[in-house]
Amino acid sequence: MYEFEMTRPTTIADAAKALGDEDAQALGGGQTLIPTLKQRLAMPSALVSLGAIPEMKGVCMSDAGEVCVGGATPHAVVAAEATAYPGLAGLAAHIGDPAVRNRGTVGGSLANNDPSACYPAAALASGATIVTNTREIAADDYFQGMFSTALEDGEIITEVRFPVPEVSHYEKFVQPASRFALVGVMVAKFADGVRVAVTGASEDGVYRWTEAEAALSASFSADALADLAVSGDGMISDLHGSGDYRAHLVKVMTGRAVAKAA
Amino acid sequence: MPKDNGIGAATTRREDIRFLTGEGQYTDDINLTGQAHAVFARSDVANGVIKSIDTTAAMDMPGVLAVFTGEDFTEVGGNPAGWLINSRDGEPMKEPKRPVLAHGKVRHVGDAYAAVIAETKQQARDAVEALEVEIEELPAVIDMASAIGGGELVHDEIETNVCFDWGWIEDNRAATDEAIKNAPHVTTLELVNNRLVPNAMEPRASTADYNPGTDEYTLYTTSQNPHLTRLLISAFVLGIPENKLRVVAPDVGGGFGSKIYHYGEEALVLAAAKKLKRPVKWTASRTEAFLTDAHGRDHVTKIELACEKDGTFIAFRTETMANVGAYLSNFSTATPTFLHGTLMAGNYTVPNVYVNVKAVFTNTAPVDAYRGAGRPEATYSIERVIDMAARELGMDPIELRRKNFIKPDQYPFASAAGLEYDSGNYDAQMDKLEAMIDRDGFAARRAESEKNGKLRGLGVNAYIEACGIAPSNLVGVLGSRVGLYDAATVRVNATGNLSVMVGAHSHGQGHETAFPQVVADMLGIEAESIDIVHGDTAKIPFGMGTYGSRSLAVCGSAVVRATEKIIAKAKKIAAHMLEASDGDIELKDGQFSVAGTDKSVSFGEVALKAYIPHQFPIEDIEPGLEETAFYDPANFTYPSGAYACEVEVDPQTGKVTVDRFAAADDFGNIINPMIVTGQVHGGLAQGIGQALVENTTYDENGQLLSASYMDYCMPRADDLPFYQVDHSDGTPCTHNPLGVKGCGEAGAIGSPPTIINAVVDALQSGGHDVAHVDMPLTPSRVWTAMQG
Repeated sequence: MYEFEMTRPTTIADAAKALGDEDAQALGGGQTLIPTLKQRLAMPSALVSLGAIPEMKGVCMSDAGEVCVGGATPHAVVAAEATAYPGLAGLAAHIGDPAVRNRGTVGGSLANNDPSACYPAAALASGATIVTNTREIAADDYFQGMFSTALEDGEIITEVRFPVPEVSHYEKFVQPASRFALVGVMVAKFADGVRVAVTGASEDGVYRWTEAEAALSASFSADALADLAVSGDGMISDLHGSGDYRAHLVKVMTGRAVAKAA
Repeated sequence: MPKDNGIGAATTRREDIRFLTGEGQYTDDINLTGQAHAVFARSDVANGVIKSIDTTAAMDMPGVLAVFTGEDFTEVGGNPAGWLINSRDGEPMKEPKRPVLAHGKVRHVGDAYAAVIAETKQQARDAVEALEVEIEELPAVIDMASAIGGGELVHDEIETNVCFDWGWIEDNRAATDEAIKNAPHVTTLELVNNRLVPNAMEPRASTADYNPGTDEYTLYTTSQNPHLTRLLISAFVLGIPENKLRVVAPDVGGGFGSKIYHYGEEALVLAAAKKLKRPVKWTASRTEAFLTDAHGRDHVTKIELACEKDGTFIAFRTETMANVGAYLSNFSTATPTFLHGTLMAGNYTVPNVYVNVKAVFTNTAPVDAYRGAGRPEATYSIERVIDMAARELGMDPIELRRKNFIKPDQYPFASAAGLEYDSGNYDAQMDKLEAMIDRDGFAARRAESEKNGKLRGLGVNAYIEACGIAPSNLVGVLGSRVGLYDAATVRVNATGNLSVMVGAHSHGQGHETAFPQVVADMLGIEAESIDIVHGDTAKIPFGMGTYGSRSLAVCGSAVVRATEKIIAKAKKIAAHMLEASDGDIELKDGQFSVAGTDKSVSFGEVALKAYIPHQFPIEDIEPGLEETAFYDPANFTYPSGAYACEVEVDPQTGKVTVDRFAAADDFGNIINPMIVTGQVHGGLAQGIGQALVENTTYDENGQLLSASYMDYCMPRADDLPFYQVDHSDGTPCTHNPLGVKGCGEAGAIGSPPTIINAVVDALQSGGHDVAHVDMPLTPSRVWTAMQG
């Protein structure tokens, strides 16, 4: 690491103010940022921890029936407390390992938008609302390609509101080493249609598989996918699998997610 | 006899208490007053000319004490290869100098070309970034076939990338060629034995201390063999007299071979400590471990098996390219040759064997012995091609093996690859294995898997390896530049407890528990009163350390010999005390008694008499009770085994799940069955890791793509099944006093082909015409193979 100043504000307002400084960097659970700093691949002058802000923590239900998760809520808490949305709780319960789940936060994951992270699939498939200190952003507008989001510099994810589908499931095929998603598919069936979000596969980051959404909205069964083809073009190709392999897995994982949706 | 802690007792490991409670003392735990910190500047290109290194700015950084570059070590020696291999044409191998720090050229990503010593590690790291370095990048030599073909050179001065072109046994070449030419059936297989990163839990670390008053150095370092490290530094690299250099290898957190070798960082901290007259410490980061620990395996092989129509083996012929990386690590030339080619007859009565190995320099990390060292490569080639031959011949793979097994009445057996096997019983192991794996139930389990949309396969394997390295006379003839004996000193203290100083080094093997069991058994006393001392050249006799599953077979034998001397002397003392003749003294349950009488003295009383020699016949017997023995084995030992596993393949994703795994091993006699079981479990995990998940990938520019755990997959508990392990009823080694063979590497040797054989069986059962898939069998590779 290089040297940096560290602050732990206790209010969103103080955090936003601290992040106004040039080269200041927000610190969520640190599951990506801390290893990056240790490798000296980033050199922020100040870290602003979001971990000491009570109003950014916890899981609750909104009057509209959404599951609302504070931006600084660790995955383990979501896994334990988002019981109203089993698909979301199940997704959180299988991110990384226990250490990651006790430190990593939903806000950190969505702000980083790693193309292999799990939470972006949950947010996009749910049609979630990303609430920041300045505005509300629809998930469909939020994700803008790998490691890229609609967030402005210094903007803080304070809460994420997840509409609760009738049934849902997140099916993940892990990259063997990192156990990030080689391909992860979240299927969420709402009264007005099915949403399917795919993570891990595309060079553009998380995306909605609209053909599958249409097919599953017509008939919510794995068989409904039979005639769909997924192209390997634009899919990530690396040590762990080719684009064609990932494309194949998108369909397999979607089918499994549908079969397991509850 | 103390049955609860003597030979054969499953005593829990006494060293685990300190390891599990965080009380182990590793090299990085040692902090010396006034120590400074070294950080290395490492190449980020695989091949390049060092045009200039300007240290001025770095020297001006806060806390910086010294900067070293390759220029500072041009007058000292290179780190040598420990084994001379001659090519088929009689020419000695090419031995480019391996300097302390790269000089002139950098030759792999991670090659250190400078080091900064500063008050703190952070300051040293900052100063490394302040070095002004110009390196002109050259095309990297990565692919072995291209490297052999010429073009860019790893070492300009040797004018080739081929270190040697070795034939074994060269006199058998023509006969083997002829046998294959005339054979009714020949099975040919090309395969890759994937490169592995050792990944010891503890990264390498070295701290040097220099005493200007006495001109003595102490090096604390992560070593499997402190005396060998001292010898290399003293006789070859820095020239520090051995009597002025103490090497201490304290608790070491895993080695798997990678900590056998001397590395430049050790020489650097010693030189820096002398220059600064301060202790200097270096601890590798995990990234440095990935980039610079000697890697393992990395063979590309074509093997042919010639046989009769009935499956009788006629010949094995292999051509192998073995990657040695950018420099010759200490045993890198022995591993693909005498630890590999000599095992290429396997467990079989095959009459013709010929092995050709070309060792190839590339712009990658050095490659050397890694758990199994050559024998896994041999076993993998043999046992894969046998399985393929069984399919081609329409024979049962177990029956094909049995047909060619050496039979129990054929020992000692001279193998066609030049070794003399002393004992074994491969059919008995296979009988046991078939019961363990429940072969009869396989068909039903396969049907059940198919019902669930999965493909099930059964894979078997038989292996033999050579351990207990090694007879010095023999290996000397074969090119070894060291002897491979070991040594032990048994010191009986005046109060009757014992310190046993051994040349072997324990870094996971459990010596501190197992060796006392041997001594306790021989003396008839409690093992708790015996402590093992290891890992410090100032305390132990000159032994060769721990690798090649040699500790018990070689050093344990030295312990036996030294203890026999103790018993002989103690009997003399007892005879004096009992006023009897030496020949009438018997030792039983820790009591020396006069045969046929009730007169006796205890072991403790004899010990006390030895050190308080009042009324002692000093004209006949020296005071004290301490004996040393060196043991040089008469032959290798030959552990063997039969392994089987069942896998399930998910045809939709290619994911392989190991459902059951059975290992029937013959390790000869067993000192502590619990420790042996643990060694087999660990070896199996490593072998299954190689087979399914571990892969070391360099891109064409020589960048290590799998340089962290984000991309390099280690096997985890949920990748592994519950093992069935059986090592009872072994055939004792015939030439060492304990009858032991060695168990440390077996699991890693026998398991990879077992897994691949099972996966191929599964795929074929699903109608996929897949004859072979190279390791590791990641889901992506298996799925791709299934696509045809």
